[in-house]
Amino acid sequence: MADLLRLENVSKVYSHGIINAHSTIALRNFSLTLKEDEPTILTVAGESGSGKTTLAMLLLGFITASAGQIIYRGKNIASLHGAEKMAYRREVQAVFQDPFAVFNPFYPVDHLLTVPIKRFGLAKSKADARNKMEEALTAVGLRPEDILGRFPHQLSGGQRQRINVARALLLKPRLLIADEPVSMVDASLRATILETLRNLQRDHGVSIIYITHDLTTAYHIAKSIIVLYRGSVMEAGDVDRVITDPQHPYTQLLVDSIPWPNLDQRWGAQPIKAREAGGSSDGCRFRSRCPMAMEICKEDPPLFRIDERHAASCFLHEKRPEIAKAALSELLPV
Amino acid sequence: MNEMLATAPARPSAGLGPRHAASDGPILRVSNLEVTYYTDSGRAKALDDVSFTLNSGEKLGMVGESGSGKSTLALAMMRMIKAPGRIEGGSVVVGGGDLMTLGAEDMRKARLSRIAYIPQGAMNSLNPVMRIGAQMIDAVKSHLPREGRAAIEARCKRALQSVDLDAGVFRMYAHELSGGMKQRVCIAIGILLDPHVIIADEPTSALDVVTQRQVMETIDNVQKAINAAVILIGHDMGLMAQFVDKVAVMYAGRLVEVSTVREMFTDPKHPYSRALISSLPSLGNKGVFQGIPGLAPSLLRLPSGCAFHPRCESAMPHCSTIRPQQQVLPGGRRVTCHLYDGEA
Repeated sequence: MADLLRLENVSKVYSHGIINAHSTIALRNFSLTLKEDEPTILTVAGESGSGKTTLAMLLLGFITASAGQIIYRGKNIASLHGAEKMAYRREVQAVFQDPFAVFNPFYPVDHLLTVPIKRFGLAKSKADARNKMEEALTAVGLRPEDILGRFPHQLSGGQRQRINVARALLLKPRLLIADEPVSMVDASLRATILETLRNLQRDHGVSIIYITHDLTTAYHIAKSIIVLYRGSVMEAGDVDRVITDPQHPYTQLLVDSIPWPNLDQRWGAQPIKAREAGGSSDGCRFRSRCPMAMEICKEDPPLFRIDERHAASCFLHEKRPEIAKAALSELLPV
Repeated sequence: MNEMLATAPARPSAGLGPRHAASDGPILRVSNLEVTYYTDSGRAKALDDVSFTLNSGEKLGMVGESGSGKSTLALAMMRMIKAPGRIEGGSVVVGGGDLMTLGAEDMRKARLSRIAYIPQGAMNSLNPVMRIGAQMIDAVKSHLPREGRAAIEARCKRALQSVDLDAGVFRMYAHELSGGMKQRVCIAIGILLDPHVIIADEPTSALDVVTQRQVMETIDNVQKAINAAVILIGHDMGLMAQFVDKVAVMYAGRLVEVSTVREMFTDPKHPYSRALISSLPSLGNKGVFQGIPGLAPSLLRLPSGCAFHPRCESAMPHCSTIRPQQQVLPGGRRVTCHLYDGEA
């Protein structure tokens, strides 16, 4: 079985300054495998500064990894050229957070759809291009006659975000990176956009990496989840198990802070420690905020297997069998 | 009334002490508030006959889609509507005085001291080249010109403390703070003069869940300390369930339902509230996505009758012709829908 995407011990370090160089590790030894013939929805969750957007940028090839390699269908993406690079650009698509920023206000919204059609030669004629556009817009629940020919400012945020999803659909990607696609959209439209994404995976066989800080939507759309904190994996596994029975203190804090729309399910009483600026780079990254921090946490915690579909990187689970970080993907259901 | 206003900013309370509730009855009474925007393409009625009341210490959630008039309501209450918008009528009575009848200078004094507004994205409005402390002192000085420097500084530091910020933040610049800390600075500024009413417009929309919870808990604590009424504007029903006592639902510039939070979540009355509640994700209904069909109407071309009727599941023939009026149901809930005609 071929791998669609394989990340091998990928790290990204941002440094600035020449003399007193500071460096920030945005992503640490991250490994992940997505299979080609088993499209899935994987959530990468974490708060601001957890490295989730860095991961998206790496996957889209906007930045290069400081260490490790990203293998897409057998080829390192850093070494792609020409036609291969074009194919990669088409097959890996993105939906970004801000539906207001991706449109050029001087062009009708058609521009966002016609450019990729031309660039990748997807249509034989103008009529064919029009058909393809209408098909894609209909698939995301928009009426083409309401959308085509309009300018971005005439459309709502939800409509614009669905056009972005339609664009991704048009290109028939194999992998879609959705970076907080619903965080700026009205709650009543979130459901519609998430459903569109899920249909994309189910009916069109697209794998989706759903990047978010919102565990509620993650729970509803994804099969598996990886929780990041300051560049390191805290917990990973089946989304049901991780969210209903979190094992890492950080995930517990996150799950505890979800504002569930349920009056009988209140925010937990666990006090929240302020996040330390900078913090230490060794050992568990959550140590300074962890209510359970122990002496041993100064060392790097390995990944412990909670059960066959769930692992946490925390010494509280020391007695459980260790698994290699590179083997993380084997835990994730598809 | 003007006499009362002149003394209002000089209230002896030095900040954050529990205030003795003035008289009984609601601290805030908004009646028949109307705002219209006169645009090139026509008149848009952004607020249409909005009335509600709020008691001291109560928290009201104001929910609705973008463009439903939530932020316009906040701006109208602060009398900060700018052209081409105009407040066409109604009153906003805070603790006995109608803000709509004040002169410009009295209104300036009323802002922050009687009614405070934390705008959307407030944290990005801090001045980058002024220390946090200087910005806070500015706000106090413009209301209490005779107060001494030391007293003002003490007041500011108490406000920072009450939002769980270190007193050191007083000497910092905005860029040295994280998003959650900046938002808490804005809350601290909002409560500097112990206002009767605090309006917070989506205070956590750009923050992640953990920081969001911290900020909401901060608002909760300071609100209790000064016994203010809080209006939380937003569209996240989950946040509302965790935070508010009452929920008001806006649709196309009108209040369509006002209920207690429990009534809203267990038995929503207006079909729009019902759709809103059933579109919510929860732990129980995994994988069910139920959006509200249709799109929010443009205020320039509102549907006739009830503006919600084209999207309404329970629409009746006369919904498209007759405008429903707000009715008070037994128990005090307010609903604007023909389904409840005759029940009031």
